[in-house]
Amino acid sequence: MSQDTQLRIISALVEHKPGVLFRITNLIRRKSFNIESIAVGPAETPGCARMTFTMFSDYNRFDQVLKNIDRLIDVRSVSPLEERSATIRELALIKFSPGFPAMRPEIMNYIETFRGNIVDVSPDTLTVEVSGDPDKINAFIKLAGNFGLKEVARTGAVALSREIVPSESAAKW
Amino acid sequence: MKIQTLGKMSGAQALIETLQREGVEVVFGLPGGANIPIYDVLYDYQNLGYTPPDYRGIRHILVRHEQSAAHMADGFARVSGKAGVCIATSGPGATNLMTGLATAYMDSSPVVAITGQVPSFVIGSDAFQETDVIGMATSVTKYTFQPLRVREIPYAIKAAFYLAVARRPQPVLVDIPKDVQQGEDDVEFPDHIDFPNYQPLPDPDPTIIKTIARTMLGAQRPIILAGGGVKIANAYHELQALAELIVAPVATSFMGKGAFPENHPLALGCMGMHGSERTNKIIPECDVLFAIGSRFSDRTTGKMEKFAPNTKVIHIDADRAEIGKNYKAPVVSLVADAKKALQALIGEVQVELMGQHREAWVKRVQEVMVMAGTEFDGNGSRLSGAETVKMIRRFIPSKAIVTTEVGQHQMWCEQHFQVIEPGTFFSSGGLGTMGFGFPAALGAKVARPEVPVIDIAGDGSFRMTENSLATSVEEQIPVTVIILNNSMLGMVAQWQRFFYNRRYSGVQLGRSPDFVKLAQAYGAEGVRVDTIPELEAAVNRAIRSPVTTVIDVPISPEENVLPMLPPGAGIREMIVG
Repeated sequence: MSQDTQLRIISALVEHKPGVLFRITNLIRRKSFNIESIAVGPAETPGCARMTFTMFSDYNRFDQVLKNIDRLIDVRSVSPLEERSATIRELALIKFSPGFPAMRPEIMNYIETFRGNIVDVSPDTLTVEVSGDPDKINAFIKLAGNFGLKEVARTGAVALSREIVPSESAAKW
Repeated sequence: MKIQTLGKMSGAQALIETLQREGVEVVFGLPGGANIPIYDVLYDYQNLGYTPPDYRGIRHILVRHEQSAAHMADGFARVSGKAGVCIATSGPGATNLMTGLATAYMDSSPVVAITGQVPSFVIGSDAFQETDVIGMATSVTKYTFQPLRVREIPYAIKAAFYLAVARRPQPVLVDIPKDVQQGEDDVEFPDHIDFPNYQPLPDPDPTIIKTIARTMLGAQRPIILAGGGVKIANAYHELQALAELIVAPVATSFMGKGAFPENHPLALGCMGMHGSERTNKIIPECDVLFAIGSRFSDRTTGKMEKFAPNTKVIHIDADRAEIGKNYKAPVVSLVADAKKALQALIGEVQVELMGQHREAWVKRVQEVMVMAGTEFDGNGSRLSGAETVKMIRRFIPSKAIVTTEVGQHQMWCEQHFQVIEPGTFFSSGGLGTMGFGFPAALGAKVARPEVPVIDIAGDGSFRMTENSLATSVEEQIPVTVIILNNSMLGMVAQWQRFFYNRRYSGVQLGRSPDFVKLAQAYGAEGVRVDTIPELEAAVNRAIRSPVTTVIDVPISPEENVLPMLPPGAGIREMIVG
């Protein structure tokens, strides 16, 4: 992999019909990429869906994938998004199984710090919802490893471009 | 959008009616359980033999294997510039098409494939002869349709014809479940379909054209690299006009072979793995390389890092995804139709052309290109493959269409068969499909029955689709097949000779079959020749014969295609002997 390999984001506005996701993922597979995350849902235009993909790539190969997606018949528009110039959010559900009750207050503490919500509780488990930048989710999951992390489900990043691009020094989240 | 309604009809009728409206006169196919309704309608439309001018019919050409149907449609498309149509049934019929579709996809040829599918209500149940054709074909087509209602058929077919030829031509597949072929409905025929996501290519941007013109006129030592895109865009004359106007020598990729007359004083011939050594030598000397309709394939450039490192590259292509794919950093690039781009450039350089003198460069090119007497390493009693190919050029008219199979004979054609007239040379360059040449020759002959069509073949390749002899005889499509027969998978043997210490593994084909008897068994003519005069007589007879002729030319199994650029080598590092 080249020097400029990094997490890159694709946002595509596509026809909302069978086979479109297959065509795009098939194309990405052909270029030997692993899709880091993928999120699909109806977009603002009726009959259209927005797909957000993230993948690790250098610039050249990423540019190739973009151009190839752009020429697909079912793709209305596609654009690359950069972390700096886009709002990126992801939602994760994390289930804890704390080994002993004393852990619970500490978990609660972290949940508050990460502005998470408890969405399900049982005598042995605790399920938490956390949303934010994918890095924030990564950080929370890493911490959760110390407190009986049991299961993780992530939506994958969704992103929209920012209308006003913040300067380099601005805080990330 | 104007719509015409013809009242109730079946899906199969709607399909054939739409084909008629698209101007389709011939389809290549083979029936099976899941497309019988289509064949039932063809029964009414069919005419055997030729099509009188006012007859509204579709000629169906029955193949003996669906791969050949796709290659025939491909050959027809490459020669006519119109989409070629092939028809197959579900399951094995459709999977047999795939090699042909992949071939057309790699070489940017507009093939429309129509496959029958099991009834829609059993799709997904692993029904008899069910295959996920859409899933299989997605990687080798531009688009696929699966109409699930009768009313969707005219739209799907019309869209398929539009998409197949729009921008960069590529195959499109329409998969029609049997119940949709049989069902009846009020069918409407749109006369126009708009694809907002897939508009035709815009006219070349005048600002970029100006920049390109300036870069080319400023060049001291320009070379034009013409790819297959020039042939697809039918921009032969424009390319020649531009080259002559700015006095730039023209090299071609293998796919571009024949885009520029190879007997022209500015012709450099083919570059690349089996290109001319002289051409490969001079490419890195140019200061501006004007590439049009070429994707800089590895077979054309050799190792990219060593390919013209000090050259400014201008890249024009119909497909935006080709810009920056193999050649990373062109100084100027333009996404445009090759013909329109060349026309615009001709206009632009005519305005600016003043005091262009490139005498030193032209002299240098002519020095390098000066034809040394070619030596052929024929082995005593046998003809040389290279020499045979060179002689074939003398024995057939310049308007004759030549196709090839894949292997040594193909590369001897690249090196020794001079293509002179536009639209007379076609080969499977991208996918390298053995078995392409013969059915493609039949497709070419159907498109242009007035011209002799010759498939230059190897004995290995010809066997892959030899059963098309039956089609050529029964459907009266006479072509000439010249087999350079070394009883070997010669190109693989050559690699084993050069790079695997002569360990010949799996390449000996032996003496069977007897191609003369094989041809005769099909009702074709067969003849074996051992000398050049015999070859001349046989070719002369064959191109005038009302029936297909197979000319078997035994050659030495040890003959190499030289020069050769070894895999991974830079463009100047050829093996010459």
